[in-house]
Amino acid sequence: MTNSSGANLAQPDVSSRLAGWGKVLGIFGLLVAIVVTTGAMNPRFFGAENLENVLQRTALFGIIGIGAAFPIVTAGIDLSIGSVIALVATCLPPLLDAGVPAGPAVIVVLLLAAGLGLIHGLLITRLGLQPFVVTLCGLLVYRGVARYIVDDQTVGFGDSYDGLRTLATGRPFSIGALDVPAPALVLLAVAVLAAIFLGRSVWGRWMLALGRNPTAARYAGVPVERVTILAYVICSLLAGVGGVLFALDVNSVQPASMGNFYELYAIAAAVLGGCSLRGGEGSILGVVLGAAVMRLLYNSIVLLGIPSQLEFAIVGGVLLLGAIADEVVRRLAEARRARERARARTERTT
Amino acid sequence: MTTRLSARGLVRRFPGVLALGGVDLDAGPGEVVALVGENGAGKSTLLKCLAGLEQPDEGSMTYEGGVWAPRSTADAASGGVALVHQELCLAENLSAAENIGLGREPRRGWMPLVDRDALRERAAHALERVGATFGPDVKVETLAAGQRQLVEIAKGIDQDARVLILDEPTSSLTSRETARLFELVHQLRADDITVLYVSHRLTEILELADRAFVLRDGQNAGHLTRDELTRDAMVRMMVGRDLAPPAARAVAGEAAGAPVLELKGLVSDAFPAAAVDLQVRPGELVGLAGLVGAGRTELLETVFGLRPPVSGEVRVEGQPKRFKGPRDAAAAGLALVPEDRKLQGLLLEEGVRVNTALATLDRRSRRGLVDRAAERNVAALQVDRLGVRTSGIEQVVQTLSGGNQQKVVVGRWLAAEPAILLMDEPTRGVDVGAREELYLLLERLAAEGLAVLFASSDMEELLRLADRVVVLHDGQVTGTLDRSVATEEAVMELATGGGLRAEGSTTT
Repeated sequence: MTNSSGANLAQPDVSSRLAGWGKVLGIFGLLVAIVVTTGAMNPRFFGAENLENVLQRTALFGIIGIGAAFPIVTAGIDLSIGSVIALVATCLPPLLDAGVPAGPAVIVVLLLAAGLGLIHGLLITRLGLQPFVVTLCGLLVYRGVARYIVDDQTVGFGDSYDGLRTLATGRPFSIGALDVPAPALVLLAVAVLAAIFLGRSVWGRWMLALGRNPTAARYAGVPVERVTILAYVICSLLAGVGGVLFALDVNSVQPASMGNFYELYAIAAAVLGGCSLRGGEGSILGVVLGAAVMRLLYNSIVLLGIPSQLEFAIVGGVLLLGAIADEVVRRLAEARRARERARARTERTT
Repeated sequence: MTTRLSARGLVRRFPGVLALGGVDLDAGPGEVVALVGENGAGKSTLLKCLAGLEQPDEGSMTYEGGVWAPRSTADAASGGVALVHQELCLAENLSAAENIGLGREPRRGWMPLVDRDALRERAAHALERVGATFGPDVKVETLAAGQRQLVEIAKGIDQDARVLILDEPTSSLTSRETARLFELVHQLRADDITVLYVSHRLTEILELADRAFVLRDGQNAGHLTRDELTRDAMVRMMVGRDLAPPAARAVAGEAAGAPVLELKGLVSDAFPAAAVDLQVRPGELVGLAGLVGAGRTELLETVFGLRPPVSGEVRVEGQPKRFKGPRDAAAAGLALVPEDRKLQGLLLEEGVRVNTALATLDRRSRRGLVDRAAERNVAALQVDRLGVRTSGIEQVVQTLSGGNQQKVVVGRWLAAEPAILLMDEPTRGVDVGAREELYLLLERLAAEGLAVLFASSDMEELLRLADRVVVLHDGQVTGTLDRSVATEEAVMELATGGGLRAEGSTTT
C-alpha cells in the first residue's frame, strides 16, 4: 500500500465514518425486535398510555445511564449512583419545606451531587484509590446519610410544589395521541450535550484517549487527572438530576429503598449501549438505546404475562447475550485486521 | 553431523496470515544454532511450534529420531525441549524454587501436598548448574532481570531439557549479565545441550552461534555455517538486499547558536546523588549512552516533567522552567517520543488520525470542539512527511509495523512543532529498513534546526547519529565524546564507569 498525496489522505472516507456504528445498530436492532414481538403479542403495547410510561421510565434511566457512561469510558466505574439518587431525593423535600424556593433548592442538591463526584474524582486521581472501592464506599455512606437525615421516614412533596413536579410529571406537548413526558425532553437535552461533549469536544476526546491508554495520554500531554475528575463529576451530577426527577415522579421518597440497584441499571444501560468496561469506547446514543431496551424488557415482561419473578433473569440473560455477541464481533474484526496486516506485508515485499 | 531436533516444511497459518511458509531447521547436540530475521519473519512462530505453544498446519518435526508433535509447553518440556520466553513468564510472588518446580511439584506420598524439601533440593541443584549466586528461597520479585532469566533456564535444566530455546534472552540484561549468560551458553554446549538462540543483536550471534538459520517473510532465506557467519551476510539475507554501510551521517547539519536546552545540576528522583549538566543547541543531535539502568530514561523523563526533579533546573532558550507535567513541557516546546511505544505512546485500537492529533488537539480546537478538518489535515501531512505506510489515516495503528507505529508517535510530536525533541530508544523494535528511514528523518530535522536529545542502547545508532555522545553511569555523566572521537570502545569504557572525563576527551 502506498500513500497518495496528502490532500487525498485528508478526505474523510465513508467506511471510517460508519465504523463504530456497528454496536449502536446492533442495540437498535434488539430494540426493534422487542417492540415488534411485544406489540404483535399484545396490542396494548402501542397504546398511548403504555408508550408514555415506557418513555418516562426510559428518560429517567437514560439520564443516569449517560452519567454512568463517563467513568466507564475512563475505564473506571461509579457504583454510588443509586445512593446519590437517594440522598438528593431525600434532601429536596426538607429543603423545600424549610422555605427554600424551588429553583435554588434544586440547584443546591445538584451542587451537592456534583460535589460528591468531585470527591470521588479527587480520591481516585490524587490518592490513587480504585474507582470501585471509592464509589462502593460512596454507595454505603450516602445511603446511610440519606436515611439518617430524614430518620428513615418517607418524605414527599404532598400536593404543594406542583409547579416543580411538572418537571417530572408534565406533558408539555403531544405527538398525535401520545403526550410526551417532560423528562424525555430533559433526556434529549442531556443526551445532545453529552454526545457533543464526548464525540466532538477536546475534553471528550481526551477522556476516550485516557480510557484507551492512560499512560500514553499522559505522555502526550493530556491533563489526565482533571479529565478523570470531570468524568466522576458528570456522573454524580446526572445521578443528581435523576434523583430530583425520580423524587418528583414518585412523590414519596423512602430513603431505605429509593434508587436501590439503580447504579446497576445505569451501568447495564451503558454497557448494553456499547461502552466497554475496558474503557475508551462509548456512544451516548447507544446508552440511550440501552436504557430503552432495559425498560422495554420490563414492559414486555408485564404485558406478556411472564412471571415477574423472572424479571432479573431475563434482563441478565439479554445483557449476557449482548456481551457474547459483542465479543464475537470483536474477534471477527480482529481476524480481519490480521488479514489486512498480511496483505500489507505481501504488498510491501512485492 | 547428528541431528537432535529438526523441522521440515513447517507451515503455520493464522487468519489471513501465512506466518510460516514451509520452513526447515536442524539442530544437533552440543550446538548453538541461531535463528535470525526481522520482526515478523516467523522466528517466534517457529519457536512456538518447536516448544508446543503452537501446532504447525503442515510439515513434520523430529526429535531424537522420533516424531515430535508436542501439544503444549508442558508436553514439550517433559520431552526435553524447553522455551525461555523473551518476556520472562515467572510468578513473581513465589520463590525461585517454587517457580522452577511449578506444575511439577514433588508430592508428599499420596497427599496433594508439596514436598518442600525435595523441591528446594532440586531447585538448588539446578540453580547451581546455571551459576546462580542466589538460593532457591529467594522471592522472584526481588531478583534482577538477569537473575530471573537464570531461574527460567534453571527451570529448563530441572526438566532435563536437551534443547533449550532462548528467545531474545539479552533484551533486558545489563552487559555484565549478558556476559554471564554467554558463559552459561558455552557451558551448556559443552554439556551436550542444544541451544536455539534468537536475537536481534547480531554481535551476540557472531560471538555464540555455531551456525545460523535466516528467516524472511516466513521462509528460509538462507543458512550460514560458522565460517560464513558475518554481519553483512546475515543482514543481506534478512532484508534480501545489500544495505548501505550505516556508519556515515547522510545529512550533515550545522549546530549553531546558543543552547536551546540546558540542564543545570539536574537531579532525578531515581539517582538522588547524581547531578547532570547538559546542553543541546539547535540543529544538534546529542546521544545519551549508558548501560541498562544507567539513568537515561529517568533523565529524559525528568526533563519532560514526568518525574519531579530533586534539584537543579531545566532551561529552555535560557529561561529556567518548572514543569508540573508533560503538558507544561510540551507547551514550552519540548516533545518526548517514549521508550515503549505500545505502553507509553500509542492508543493501539485507534487510528492514525486520532493518534497523530492527540498532543495538539487543544491547539487546533474551536470553542473547545475538535476541528475535525484540521485534525485530518495534520494527520495526512505527517503521514506524507514521514512516509508512514498506511492504507489511510483511519487505519488502526495496531495493524501497522513497528517502524510505522514509531513514525506515528514522531508525527504526533512534529505536529506540535517542537524546538526540542527528546527520544528514548528511537528505533527499538523497528525493522532494519525502517530504521534507516528514521535516521534520515532525524538528520533532516536536525538540519532544519531541531535540537534532538536521544537515548540509545544501540551502539551503531549512537555512532551513526550523534554529534556528541553523553555517557551516563549510575545517573552520572561520566564523559562526553565528540563525534570525531566517539568509538564503541570509548563509549563502553565510560559506560562501565571508566572515570570522569572532561568535555571532548577521548580514551586512551
